[in-house]
Amino acid sequence: MKLRLEVNGRPRSADVPPMKRLLDVLRDDLRLTGTKEGCGEGECGACAVLLDGELVNSCLVPACQADRRAVTTVEGLAAPDGSLHPVQQAFWEKGGAQCGICTPGMLVAAVALVERARRPSDAEIREWLAGNLCRCTGYVKIVEAVAAAARARRPGAGARRPKRVKR
Amino acid sequence: MAPARAAVRHLPRAPRAVVGSNVPRREGLEKLTGRALYVADLDVPGAWWGVTVRSPHARARILSIERDLGADGARAVVVTAEDLLRAGRDNVVHLIADDQPFLAHRSVEHAEEAVALVAAPTREEAERAAARVRVRYEPLEPVLDFERAETIHKTCAIDKGDVAAAFAGAARVVEGTYRVGHQEHAYIEPNGMVAWPRIDGVRLVRGSLQCPFYVHAALTRLFGEPAEAIRVAQTSTGGGFGGKEDYPDLVAGHAALLADACGRPVRLLYDRAEDMVATTKRHPGRIVHRTALDAEGRLLGMDVEVLLDGGAYVTLSPVVLSRAVIHAAGPYRCANVRIRGRVVKTNTPPNGAFRGFGVPQVAFALERHLDRVARAAGLDRVELRRRNLLADGETTATGQAVIDAGASRQALDAALKRSRFAATARAHARFNRRHAHLRRGLGLACFFHGSGFTGNGEIRLASEVALELLEGGRVRVLAAATEIGQGTRTVFAQIVAQVLGLPYEAVETVDPDTALVPDSGPTVASRTVPIVGRILADAARELDAVLARRVGRPPGRPWTRRDFAGAAALHLDAGGERRVTARFSNPSGQRFDETRYVGDAYAAYAWAAAVAEVEVDLTSFETRVLRVVAAQDIGRAIHPRLAAGQLEGGLTQAVGWALFEEVVARDGRMANGQLTNYILPTAIETPPIELVVLERPFAHGPFGAKGIGELPMDGGAPAVVNAIADALEIDLDRLPATPERIAAAWLAARPERRRA
Amino acid sequence: MRGDLAALEVLRPRRLAEALAALADSDRPCPIAGGTDLYVALNEGRAPARRFLDLSRLDELTGLETTPSGLRLGARTTYTELRASRLVRRRAPVLAEMAASVGAIAIQNRGTLGGSLGNASPASDPAPVLLALDAAVELAARDGRRVVRRRVPLDRFFIGYRETAARPDELIVAVLLPSSALEGWRYAYRKVGTRRAQAISKVVAAVGLELGARPRRIAAARIAYGSMAPTPVRARAAEAALAGRAPTSAAGRAAARALLAEDLHPIDDLRSSADYRALVAGRLLESLLGALGGFRPGLDD
Repeated sequence: MKLRLEVNGRPRSADVPPMKRLLDVLRDDLRLTGTKEGCGEGECGACAVLLDGELVNSCLVPACQADRRAVTTVEGLAAPDGSLHPVQQAFWEKGGAQCGICTPGMLVAAVALVERARRPSDAEIREWLAGNLCRCTGYVKIVEAVAAAARARRPGAGARRPKRVKR
Repeated sequence: MAPARAAVRHLPRAPRAVVGSNVPRREGLEKLTGRALYVADLDVPGAWWGVTVRSPHARARILSIERDLGADGARAVVVTAEDLLRAGRDNVVHLIADDQPFLAHRSVEHAEEAVALVAAPTREEAERAAARVRVRYEPLEPVLDFERAETIHKTCAIDKGDVAAAFAGAARVVEGTYRVGHQEHAYIEPNGMVAWPRIDGVRLVRGSLQCPFYVHAALTRLFGEPAEAIRVAQTSTGGGFGGKEDYPDLVAGHAALLADACGRPVRLLYDRAEDMVATTKRHPGRIVHRTALDAEGRLLGMDVEVLLDGGAYVTLSPVVLSRAVIHAAGPYRCANVRIRGRVVKTNTPPNGAFRGFGVPQVAFALERHLDRVARAAGLDRVELRRRNLLADGETTATGQAVIDAGASRQALDAALKRSRFAATARAHARFNRRHAHLRRGLGLACFFHGSGFTGNGEIRLASEVALELLEGGRVRVLAAATEIGQGTRTVFAQIVAQVLGLPYEAVETVDPDTALVPDSGPTVASRTVPIVGRILADAARELDAVLARRVGRPPGRPWTRRDFAGAAALHLDAGGERRVTARFSNPSGQRFDETRYVGDAYAAYAWAAAVAEVEVDLTSFETRVLRVVAAQDIGRAIHPRLAAGQLEGGLTQAVGWALFEEVVARDGRMANGQLTNYILPTAIETPPIELVVLERPFAHGPFGAKGIGELPMDGGAPAVVNAIADALEIDLDRLPATPERIAAAWLAARPERRRA
Repeated sequence: MRGDLAALEVLRPRRLAEALAALADSDRPCPIAGGTDLYVALNEGRAPARRFLDLSRLDELTGLETTPSGLRLGARTTYTELRASRLVRRRAPVLAEMAASVGAIAIQNRGTLGGSLGNASPASDPAPVLLALDAAVELAARDGRRVVRRRVPLDRFFIGYRETAARPDELIVAVLLPSSALEGWRYAYRKVGTRRAQAISKVVAAVGLELGARPRRIAAARIAYGSMAPTPVRARAAEAALAGRAPTSAAGRAAARALLAEDLHPIDDLRSSADYRALVAGRLLESLLGALGGFRPGLDD
């Protein structure tokens, strides 16, 4: 099928089989390899992206269901001038990334949270990130970073809320 | 090089301390923006896809391999052991015993053993072709229970003092048997390699790995080609924890064989299921303790038997066993010690390196056992440990006098203080009275970990690093130590910058590539900072001396970047060497008798104590870890935030192993090879972790640093399980302490709990 | 990832009638809603069909609304929608509580009620709560040019391991909660999984009690379990043991005994053991009954 979607604010299209995973569309067809595959079964969250602003595991989403919708990946978090999203900045300062393979999904999940909650509690952050496995950090510095990013975030600053594409 | 000076402690020399500060992480931005390229991210035009055909049987004779690929045949290649031998390849994964083949020949020794390799232009075609490779097996009776296995991979033994006499004169003898299961590394990036066919006489392999020169040695042996004909380069690596120490040798060999067969680059990328069922795990084990005490609760004699399940091939088992045996008596003073270690063969996938490398198994056994000993002796568990922990200069089981052994006691005191141990225990007692169906408990563990290779391993390894002068007063670090999340490149740059007195930014690092860097040894054994970092500091001193001589100033003073650039330019213009190399020296004069297991097993040990606080729900027998406090002496934190990250991450892996992580095997095959059913801790299960970092400098580590990567993995599990046992007043002698096992132990503790 | 997704076809109807027509076809497609179960199977190379029916454009399967007879939850309702819905939180808060126990946020955003019920896993998270709520599923099928609907009570919907009473040409369009179960009843739910988030259940229990005021006694009980039999099950023996009794620990004990003797058939599997499941199922029942009935369960300790 001819898939049309908005990725990180830019219209993109690809001719793909309809049941292809959104993950593979991003990685193979659009060459956006920041989104990672850790398990292929929706368990680890390394492939997390935002679909119309909602956190999803892109390994469980058929391409056809992403048609005419907006996708945000890790590549779309920083501003066009390269300045980091507050969540990226906080991960950078607090040491939220070690090996880095869970980081793209973790960042995307964290962005979805700080877009919704101004002062999430430790427990809320942990619940929100529970679908993103990290084997390196013990989550300590990730939770610290998300809390710091939520505090630092001013309305309107940082992440652009993805626009919904007209159907 | 000036070996005499290498023995001197490397003191900070820069005007502004680089070492000890949280400088920006080297590869941080790439990882945070999605730009870092992991092996699956490489764009390799024309590459084919590789698939591995594996044995479904734990043990079998291979009767035949048919490879009628039908219509797909034109676009696929198949490689079997026969092909490999016909082509004159050496079908041996070079490691310690050289007993493991790249591809099973005539027989398979474990389930999931590679029997054939297939490559085709796409994954789908390769899978279809692989499904048409028909292997006929004659299944044989496998040995699956390591406690009944008879084939021995390796034994080792420690004898100190007179154990028989100690037991004869004991006031009390306490025995216990402890068992631990497999642990899967579960790095979030599965194994993977891309191999290119031979181009201009060189075979290139790139991928996810910890030890580029291990892969290099394996490929050199496989192809029978000289060192310069093989090139191995690391891609960004999504976690290792020991799991990418030896197994990448196989993945790389397989990818290279396929590239050779099809004449194109080949991507061999495992998916999660394949990685989990086929690759290495932590060794399961059974540890039996007999402990003799005097009337005051002092350890008179320790008799320990360590049995590990090596799996089907020797791989790294001998060195895992030797580390286990050396650490089996713990950081305790005991004049009479007998330890017998054995690692046996079973028809299961080989077990390998995993953070801790034998120590987590023995630390779990000993620290559980000491709680039992304390109870038997009527002593408080803290007091029992305090009475027996080593003091400065006292000797370990191998008779090694350790100058800073008293740090174990400092760690204990710090952990008790930070956790408010006694007050917390009282609070728990009150809590438990108030709550009918919740029980809180506290657990403690003391542990230690030797830095670097065991015994004379570092002397044999003779690691080498180089520093290279670049334009503009910059210096480049050339080492094979890999960044796998710990921050290797950052701490290396810090060490070199500090020695030269240059800004951190003036020191560059490279991705390890065997064509570019000298062999600084594998990235394992908590050796990267204390061993490789020290050689780098030596190299930096040598570079300083060379340039200082060149401009006629005394060595050992910090450079301004301008002066350094000037001196470097002068040096190079005069035809001076661009590179300075340094090799491992043995500044502490470490000596170890490898046949008798006597002497300095490690140049340095890191010391630690952990306290865990848990709450067990008596309705479901689920455990919540409320808090982990860990105090550890690591010599010196080169980068405090990265160091804390290592400690927190290691403790979390230990919590996972303590509570959830279990390999369920059926007929020798891992049945729960998915992240859905092999349970890792999520952010919710992970407790708040409080660290106390003690810094008692190690004279021969860079700026006093010791190894820290493995230490936190060693003691977390016993602390957690001791806490559960404390909460419920039950005995638990097996890992993981799942709700199922806790429930069974709770029922067994009082017969009336079993209702009709 | 194994298998060939490029070979799979998908139909993407916008209207229910079209979707049902496709299901009436001899080359019947497999419905897909959030894909959270289906793609796990596809990842393992186990494609249940070659053709799929994407439900994501069927607005007739969405919406949470009050009807004269109770609540109607569209089959495509996600767990996130259940958690966020004021209606659900007011009238069936236990359903929102259940939704929070499913997977983690990304799964809750995609997984649907209809998907879980249609998949009919014995470990389904919503099934036990819906059984306790006396829910029914609304099925629709095409009969010639007409769309015909029927209701199947959930306790007659699960007929075997991953087998339902829905005919192959029928689609789950809604879940119906009767008012009779929402007024005057109290509910409690607990999932014991392999861990606290992102977990498949080892034991799930949902308990509903209708309590008479004077004398204080249990007028009726509905109890359901997941992961304790080949299907999600109602625990009718335990229910019967409670009916008419005062809510006390003795009643709880009796119900637990009946539960283990007659209602449940736990097995050993990858995730847990039959012994543990039986032990915890009984203790959960006593503890949930205690919470609802206001008594302290007499669990030994």
